[in-house]
Amino acid sequence: MASTAKAIDPIISAAWGKPQSWTLDSYKKRGGYEGLKKALEMAPAAIIDEVKKSNLRGRGGAGFPTGLKWSFVPKDSPKPKYLAVNGDESEPGTFKDRYILEDDPHMMLEGIAIASYALGVHTCYVYLRGEFKFPAQRCQAAIDEAYKAGIFGKKLMGKDYELNVYLVRGAGAYICGEETALLESLEGKKGWPRLKPPFPAVVGLFGSPTVVNNVETLASVPHVFTGGADWYAKLGTDKSGGTRLVCLSGTVNRPGVYEVSMHTTISELIFDDKYGRGMPAGRKVKAVIPGGSSAPVLGADELDVAMEFEALKVKQTMAGSGGVIVMDDATCMVRSLWRVARFYAEESCGQCTPCREGTPWQTRLLRKIEEGRGEPGDVEMLSNVAASIAPYPPIGLGNTICALGDAAALPTHSFLMRFKDEFEAHIREKRCPFGDKPWGSFGDWS
Amino acid sequence: MAEPLFTPEEQKKFDAGIAEIISHYPPDRKSAGMLPALRLLQEIKGWLPQEGLRLVAKHLEVTPERAYEVASFYVMYHLKKPGKYVIDVCTNLSCSLWGAEKMLAYLEEKLGLKAGEANEKFTLRETECLASCGTAPCLQINEDHHESLTRAKLDAILAKLS
Repeated sequence: MASTAKAIDPIISAAWGKPQSWTLDSYKKRGGYEGLKKALEMAPAAIIDEVKKSNLRGRGGAGFPTGLKWSFVPKDSPKPKYLAVNGDESEPGTFKDRYILEDDPHMMLEGIAIASYALGVHTCYVYLRGEFKFPAQRCQAAIDEAYKAGIFGKKLMGKDYELNVYLVRGAGAYICGEETALLESLEGKKGWPRLKPPFPAVVGLFGSPTVVNNVETLASVPHVFTGGADWYAKLGTDKSGGTRLVCLSGTVNRPGVYEVSMHTTISELIFDDKYGRGMPAGRKVKAVIPGGSSAPVLGADELDVAMEFEALKVKQTMAGSGGVIVMDDATCMVRSLWRVARFYAEESCGQCTPCREGTPWQTRLLRKIEEGRGEPGDVEMLSNVAASIAPYPPIGLGNTICALGDAAALPTHSFLMRFKDEFEAHIREKRCPFGDKPWGSFGDWS
Repeated sequence: MAEPLFTPEEQKKFDAGIAEIISHYPPDRKSAGMLPALRLLQEIKGWLPQEGLRLVAKHLEVTPERAYEVASFYVMYHLKKPGKYVIDVCTNLSCSLWGAEKMLAYLEEKLGLKAGEANEKFTLRETECLASCGTAPCLQINEDHHESLTRAKLDAILAKLS
């Protein structure tokens, strides 16, 4: 389809794929660290106000306003303050932060420097998921360059302000992407989420005030200062400033990470020539998960919706981490949900009973249904198990300490709401109606 | 007498690494270095022997039980000696939509192992999302990432593993 989507000039992904884009030299030639220079001329409170004015919202999943989050850090605390970067990118369907870390890590480091100065932070920990060996190597090399160039260290770009940045790799646990579990992990413990309140902004790492920000969020911060908060806000919608990275995967012709306007619809993302270039020949969209595997699934008739926090909330789903997974009409929804459910069962930390017991129960029921062993009442049972982990709606009020419970239950609720017939057909026919080809157009790996 | 845990060269690497790790945290928070310290030990030994866990715990001033608790929580730590090559195959939704389940079946047949099994040369595991959804299907071999896999590409990768 010819391009109809609103064109934008990429800001986060502008240098991706260009020679040596990850080096300090390349970044500086593109105007890198000019945002930090401007910020260092401002008072910390004014920096936070500028970020508030920009309408930048967290890109990790929850979409919380970044400036507001920063303003929760008590100014008069005698304890040291910390910044923790959430690079534990593990939500199925999400693979954007990896590209920032590999192709333009200094953009995130500049955001770290601005945030740290604004918050009175002298130590920042960049927490990357353990599997990110190559992104960690690129990121560490960029940190080393920044120290050598006098950007980090005793003097923050020449200013009398010490900032130390350390990289920490996780060791394979999705739960550590939850901010309090990330802090536990940073403290050298297993990643068990903490009860909130208190929130990390007040009681975080080592009991001190701590801000936890996603990689893309921090990479967005320098642009608020180089372009100005008003410019940045105008790039987005009334409530969400800037552009955002969207990860497109599944049965679509051209998967990838695309930087889009907040006004871009899911439909444009799938079909537009600039992005997904449509579906495989002869196939139609059946379902789309719009914001990482935990976001409630949408049907094919619901795709004319902007990839933006508020718009997707109206549809009772989430923009989340920007992970858009497309399933075509040859895809079995029971098998798809089984795969998603297995993920949450595998990744449940085991701290809360509804999640620890409920997630494997969902998985067992789904496997039974998919394998043609389903019995009357199994669909209702599945719905009840999901509801015992987290009722639906609303979103975000589950029965567990952290949002992993919600994340495990929401897919089940939404798949059953939109594709119940398919679940019942499995039970009625005592087999998967898709036979041995349940995975859509690209299932025949060759 | 039991064999020492480290060769002199390994000992040097461990001591320098531990000192560097501890320097990143407040003096009264040495235990925060647990994840990097376990990673260091695993880099040196290929897995986490009990004696090594005790040593890490001693340096970080915690109990050996605490080190074990952490090591057993995270999937990337090996409490048993794995095969020379640990193959982690992502079978999450985006990868499965591009045939990951068949790729895993192909590997099982080719290596003569079921997912979750190991021999001296290979440990084969089904793993969770590796953040390569746009370049599916993918796997990691000893943390080295391989994506957009086809049978031919996978055969070529495996052929290079001695």
